[in-house]
Amino acid sequence: MDPWVSIIVATFIGAIFSIIHAVASVSFRANQVVSGVAINMLALGIGVYLTKQWYGKGQTDMVSEPFFRTDIPILADIPIIGPIFFQGIYVTSYIAIIFAFIAWYVLYRTPFGLRLRAVGEHPMAADTNGINVYRMRYIAVILSGALGGLGGSVFALTIVSNFSHSTIVGQGFMALAAVIFGKWHPLGAMGAALFFGLAQSLSVVSGGIPVLQDVPQVFLLIAPYVLTILALAGFIGRAEAPRANGEPYIKGSR
Amino acid sequence: MDDKSFNQSAWEGLQEWGKENGLEKGNGFDYAQSNEKADYIPNLNRLIRDEYDLIFGIGFELKEDLQKVAKQYPDTHFALVDDTIEADNAVSITFKEHIGSFLVGVAAAQKTETNKLGFVGGVDSPLINKFESGFIAGAKSVNPDIEVEVEYAESFGDPAKGKIIASNMYNNGIDIIYHASGGTGNGVFNEAKDIKQNDPERKIWVIGVDRDQHEEGQIGDHNVTLTSMVKRVDVAVKNVTEQAMNGEFPGGEKLEFGLEEDAINVATTNEDAMTKEIVDSVNEWKEKILNGDVEVPQTHEELKGFIDSL
Repeated sequence: MDPWVSIIVATFIGAIFSIIHAVASVSFRANQVVSGVAINMLALGIGVYLTKQWYGKGQTDMVSEPFFRTDIPILADIPIIGPIFFQGIYVTSYIAIIFAFIAWYVLYRTPFGLRLRAVGEHPMAADTNGINVYRMRYIAVILSGALGGLGGSVFALTIVSNFSHSTIVGQGFMALAAVIFGKWHPLGAMGAALFFGLAQSLSVVSGGIPVLQDVPQVFLLIAPYVLTILALAGFIGRAEAPRANGEPYIKGSR
Repeated sequence: MDDKSFNQSAWEGLQEWGKENGLEKGNGFDYAQSNEKADYIPNLNRLIRDEYDLIFGIGFELKEDLQKVAKQYPDTHFALVDDTIEADNAVSITFKEHIGSFLVGVAAAQKTETNKLGFVGGVDSPLINKFESGFIAGAKSVNPDIEVEVEYAESFGDPAKGKIIASNMYNNGIDIIYHASGGTGNGVFNEAKDIKQNDPERKIWVIGVDRDQHEEGQIGDHNVTLTSMVKRVDVAVKNVTEQAMNGEFPGGEKLEFGLEEDAINVATTNEDAMTKEIVDSVNEWKEKILNGDVEVPQTHEELKGFIDSL
């Protein structure tokens, strides 16, 4: 089967699964952190359970049709830039980058995006202007679920090639950190994610880089975390979350 | 019980023993599955209460808890796989991974065309150093000019890291990587297959660990798994169980399983890659080790001495 089918299915399942979170936190005004953590554990449990039901063992077989690295035609032949950016890459990496730009465009350049931001910043004002806060919030949660499913499936189809209880360990939480690091802006989050990736690969490629060759491994291993803390503490200034982030909206309350 | 690795192998050993003695699960032997560390003691207590004579703890993580219950129940027999335990009613089962690693090192040295090999370890620890030392010693015994690059991912469950390390190694002219890194190794296989998919002519290989990882290496009509260092937990479990049944439980002893017991093996599933010459050469070195002509190093210090003496 085509890996594209897999990621589309994963996107849909992610969207459907996130409805639980929307029902709990938007309709029933549950604490989002509690609901989120519960769903996080539930997802893993269901994933492993279904794997056992379908495959009769604790992990799936290796995926026979994963994504492979490819060269992008034409662009790969450009001198210097070609080998760096367009040879031996996963198409999915570029899809992720394109999605960040789409998210930026939608959030900041369309009426839908304005409404979406409004229900996160000041839901009562949005409500007064005739925006259906609950509907918008449902859409937002479902979109995030879809993107989460997409991200997870890409990781399984490119890096790991199978699914087990330890396939996804902490990447979602790294994504949360990237959002804050990126100052709650899609392009900022993308930059933060690229920065995390660079920091993580440093410890591996250091052997081939003259300046880094003599740096003890342990420093490079902790580098991503240290750099993140430094960046959060100093360089980027305050990362302000949307004002109504995590707060259930109760119609009519002040 | 179905991790395709350690636990499954141990359970298969017990099942085989049960079959030979006309017993079945729940009547004669059973297992208790622990999902987390807190489950160990309750599970051990349950098995003791059910009056099982011999209880296996699979994996070094059970060491402390097993040690504790072994003291509380001196009449029950215990066995710990992959680490040592100190009690008169308990036996330690470890494996001579360094020897198996030596032999796959020999195979790699015969197969390599670039004379550069890679080793990817899970966590830098005495256990994994054993794999590393054996592998390097085996490769250098065949050809002292072979270079082995060693990288530790500092995790047994980080395929992303394994993939970057493998990518870096293959880019630097290394053509065979031996991994002793559990789930991290999935990334190594993944990278090798990725390269193979784009360039089927490229001769690169992965050497698997613990069990035959042939299946992980399949990519189209090719298979990047050269061989695997197979650790037969089932053989050890069955062996100890039989001894206990015959009233000869080796309490307090530290058993090390290796070539003699057929508990350490070199997989030859990939017949296209593991040519007759390579297999013959591996068997030749196997003989030398069994005869005591070669003392395979287990630590970095021993490895240094070994290389100096070549």
